[in-house]
Amino acid sequence: MDIVNQLQRQYVDFLSSLYREGLLDDQFLQIQKLQDESNPDFVNEVVTLFFEDSEKLLHNLAIALSVDQQHVDYQKVDACVHQFKGSSSSIGAQRVRNICVSFRTCYDAKNLEGCLRCLQQVKDEYYLVKNKLQTLFRLEQQIVAAGGAIPIMG
Amino acid sequence: MGLKLQGHHMLAVKLNDQSGTKRKYTFINRVWLPKILWLWILSTIFVSRVIYNRMNADNKERRDEVLVSMCDQRARMLQDQFSVSVNHVHALAVLVSTFHYYKNPSAIDQETFAEYTARTAFERPLLSGVAYAQRVVDSEREQFEKLHGWTIRTMEREPSPIRDEYAPVIFSQETVSYIESLDMMSGEEDRENILRARATGKAVLTSPFRLLGSHHLGVVLTFPVYKFKLGSNPSLAQRIEATAGYIGGAFDVESLVENLLGQLAGNQAIVVNVYDITNSSDPLIMYGHENQDSDISLERVSMLNFGDPYRKHQMTCRYLKKAPTPWTAITTAFLFFVIGLLVGYMTYGGAIHIVKVEDDFHEMQLLKVRAEAADVAKSQFLATLSHEIRTPMNGILGMLALLLDTDLSSTQRDYGQTAQACGKALITLINEVLDRAKIEAGKLELEAVPFDIRSILDDVLSLFSEKSRHKGIELAVFVSDKVPEMVMGDPGRFRQVITNLVGNSVKFTEQGHVLVQVHLANHAETLMKTKADSFINGDSEGVVLSGGNRFSTLSGREVAEDMHSWKTFKNLILDEESQYLDSQRASTADEAFQNVKLMVSVEDTGIGIPLGAQERVFTPFMQADSSTSRNYGGTGIGLSISKCLVELMGGRINFISHPQIGSTFSFTASFRRCQKNANGDMIKPHSADLPVAFKGLKAILVDEKKIRATITRYQLKRLGILVEVVNNIRTVLSNSGSKNGSPDMILIEKDSWLSGENDCFDIRLLEWKQHGHMVNLPKIILLATNITSTEFEKAKAAGFADTVIMKPLRATMVAACLQQVMGTEKKAQHERDMINASAFLRSLLCGKKILVVDDIRVNRRVAAGALKKFGASVECAESGKDALALLQLPHNFDACFMDIQMPEMDGFEATRLIRMLESKANEQINGGNDVEGTAKGGKWHLPILAMTADVIHATYEECLKCGMDGYVSKPFDEKSLYQAVAKFFEPRSTADS
Repeated sequence: MDIVNQLQRQYVDFLSSLYREGLLDDQFLQIQKLQDESNPDFVNEVVTLFFEDSEKLLHNLAIALSVDQQHVDYQKVDACVHQFKGSSSSIGAQRVRNICVSFRTCYDAKNLEGCLRCLQQVKDEYYLVKNKLQTLFRLEQQIVAAGGAIPIMG
Repeated sequence: MGLKLQGHHMLAVKLNDQSGTKRKYTFINRVWLPKILWLWILSTIFVSRVIYNRMNADNKERRDEVLVSMCDQRARMLQDQFSVSVNHVHALAVLVSTFHYYKNPSAIDQETFAEYTARTAFERPLLSGVAYAQRVVDSEREQFEKLHGWTIRTMEREPSPIRDEYAPVIFSQETVSYIESLDMMSGEEDRENILRARATGKAVLTSPFRLLGSHHLGVVLTFPVYKFKLGSNPSLAQRIEATAGYIGGAFDVESLVENLLGQLAGNQAIVVNVYDITNSSDPLIMYGHENQDSDISLERVSMLNFGDPYRKHQMTCRYLKKAPTPWTAITTAFLFFVIGLLVGYMTYGGAIHIVKVEDDFHEMQLLKVRAEAADVAKSQFLATLSHEIRTPMNGILGMLALLLDTDLSSTQRDYGQTAQACGKALITLINEVLDRAKIEAGKLELEAVPFDIRSILDDVLSLFSEKSRHKGIELAVFVSDKVPEMVMGDPGRFRQVITNLVGNSVKFTEQGHVLVQVHLANHAETLMKTKADSFINGDSEGVVLSGGNRFSTLSGREVAEDMHSWKTFKNLILDEESQYLDSQRASTADEAFQNVKLMVSVEDTGIGIPLGAQERVFTPFMQADSSTSRNYGGTGIGLSISKCLVELMGGRINFISHPQIGSTFSFTASFRRCQKNANGDMIKPHSADLPVAFKGLKAILVDEKKIRATITRYQLKRLGILVEVVNNIRTVLSNSGSKNGSPDMILIEKDSWLSGENDCFDIRLLEWKQHGHMVNLPKIILLATNITSTEFEKAKAAGFADTVIMKPLRATMVAACLQQVMGTEKKAQHERDMINASAFLRSLLCGKKILVVDDIRVNRRVAAGALKKFGASVECAESGKDALALLQLPHNFDACFMDIQMPEMDGFEATRLIRMLESKANEQINGGNDVEGTAKGGKWHLPILAMTADVIHATYEECLKCGMDGYVSKPFDEKSLYQAVAKFFEPRSTADS
């Protein structure tokens, strides 16, 4: 039981550090709340969806903004960023969402340089949050494997 | 700031417009005004001048005429007299010829001639004398001289030199005897005269010269005397031949004219000159002074005919004095000018005044517009500013709330809480200022939605219940039965006014009570009148009640307005009850009255308002005195807002207050009646319906204060409980045994319980319990405003184990307590559900089929997860098109959650298309009278809720515009979901599902 307790504490600490650093916000909490017996894998499912979508979007963005292209398709950029913003805010990936907002001001101004910078930032933030979430899930799995319950925050 | 500038600009434009239109109706042209004045003055001068000229000309003409007539008259007279004299000389000539030549010897000698002429001198007043000169040829001179005895002499009285002819005077009048023997032909004038006279045979005149005797100017008249009668047309030679001599007379023209003029009027005024103008280039003066001062401007010349065709004479007349200054003309013209000037100036002054007044008027208008604009601008500014402050304030408050939720040390928590309290106070103030500014800017519009007055009052009560309990004052609400259950109006504003009044009352009341009453306004007014009458009759009730309280009010304390004393109150209620039947009967007629006017009064027993401060109670930011805000806080804007709101609601607010006794604020407000019958489904009230589980239960209320009892009964009545009021516990005990229908509960006021009879009651209670009346035993409930823990213990010990209901009483609260006591489990479950939002949400959504439309997978999943959690079955669509495909009629979804921003077809577009489909289908149903849709109310209408991350109002309006029913802010949370969904779905109890 010691291991479980330790893992649980670790989990709580880790999760609260995510909140503290602003990587995640309340929305993630809401999603966690939605997970119950009838829907035991909800968070994982949603987050996985988010990863898949995000990587596709990042890929599309990278193509749309690739340097050799003379004419940048800002409409496509808009669609991608909008989707990215929507999904990241649904998941509660706050910092990703915030960069999407500033991304938007860049492509509204047709500022290619700014867009590229934002793209880089979004990528960084996305991989950061992905990393963290994956760590979180690993912790969860460990807890479950150790026979403990995932502690609920808030 | 930009907004403000823009506002100013608009203001300026507005002002310009106004001034532009204003100039148009100025009927006096200010630029032309002085010019017109000058023109007028000039024309006045001109007209005066014309008048003067005309009058002057008239004068001159008249003067001229006078002169002409005078001159002519004088000339004629002179001529007449002259010719008379000439005739006489002629007669003398005839006489000489007749008696000197035709008779032989001559009948005339010097003596005879002198006598005759002297005697006939009156006939010739103009002639100084006459003489006869004989023609003597030189050859006859010697003989002549011998005959007469003297030699012929010249005018110089010397012997005449030898000439061809001589004309020595032989006869002479005595006056001129000095010329006897003088040769008339020796004088140049006379000689010429003589020659002319004998040539023409007529009287001839000399040019004027100084006469010898008088030195007056005169002329000599010469007449020829012929020796025999001449033929009809004698030649010159014949005439010379026949000439015998010459008769001559000297005319003293000067004295002649002098005499003549002396006889005539107006002699002094004119100067008369007589000229001989034979030689026209050199007129010789015969009379008058050539250089005499006279008016040379006007002259009349009259021709004179003295009978000598050779000589021409004329008379010139002039006025002696210059024409007198025409004072009449001058005065008249001047007066005219002055009058004209005055009239002109007065008109000008008037016009100037009008212009000035007009200018002032315009200026005032401008200022007025400006002032109004400034007022509006101020209010707008306030509104904007307040709004702008409110937004960040909400953030601050939210963050503070979050902060307080975190792990804080006690000091930090204290700081945080203080900050939060301050922030809340600030935002309340800002909201109030915003309200007031909105009202002033005319932006506040009242809603007209149906609402339940009683539940509003319950809300207000619950708001202050904590505070009143804490202070130990009794807070109560009474709504008259006549007040309709539902009215149309603005519940928020109504609540705001009451909250403000009650808040004030609670704030300023330290002990006693605060009572809110709602009656129909006209009903209360009529009662007030009758009450006033009864007061005059000395019928006022100063009953000392058993509790030692002197006044029959709710708490027994004196109140400002004794309208609420028991007697009036009783009348009010009794009247209501008696009229109840009437009103039932007349209900159909009553329905016709669309408006219902309520009178709400809030009575307290607080510190009252100082008399001096009473008149500025409704002025914004005015509190009774400065110490008030120190002691009680607040800004003093609330009442002014309340006043505005009440006026907006078509009512009036006023108050009666006595310092240290209390205040009673009352206001009226008009509402529309709700049309219950209009559509079968009654509009849902804002608050949850009261539970109906207690209908028909019987209760006994023990209370010695009638007002309080009435209020308690009112609250219980709302739950459907039949209440019997008794004065004391003893009565209950005596009644309860005998009555077959035993009460379900006994409610006892704390006062009544403490009033000393409790012991026996306690015993009876114990008896009851021991007798095993367990089944039928009524629940015993204590009602208390505040209760100490020892009292509570005592009460429990005394058998009030059941419960203590803390005042203020509210129907819902009472219901909750009763449920607890009565142990109605199922209902309690239901009640809990109502309170627990998520459970309620579950009850709403359970079993519902919901379509979620979003292009983002994650969002779809989350939304679906959230909805599924509450028991809904969810289907998803990726785009607007897919959603349309799924929503083909007849669809089997209960609701649709639609993302707005989607590629290809956005949420608005999709909704619009869905609504179009629905309306087509509805038309078909209505038109074709189809069998299918009727069960569903004949209308397809799928609730569509927007899911959006923006929460700005504009988006919301757009949502409504395209046919959506509401919106849920994304990401989902329970609260907003609940708010959005609650409108559309009937709660379904979870037990059923």
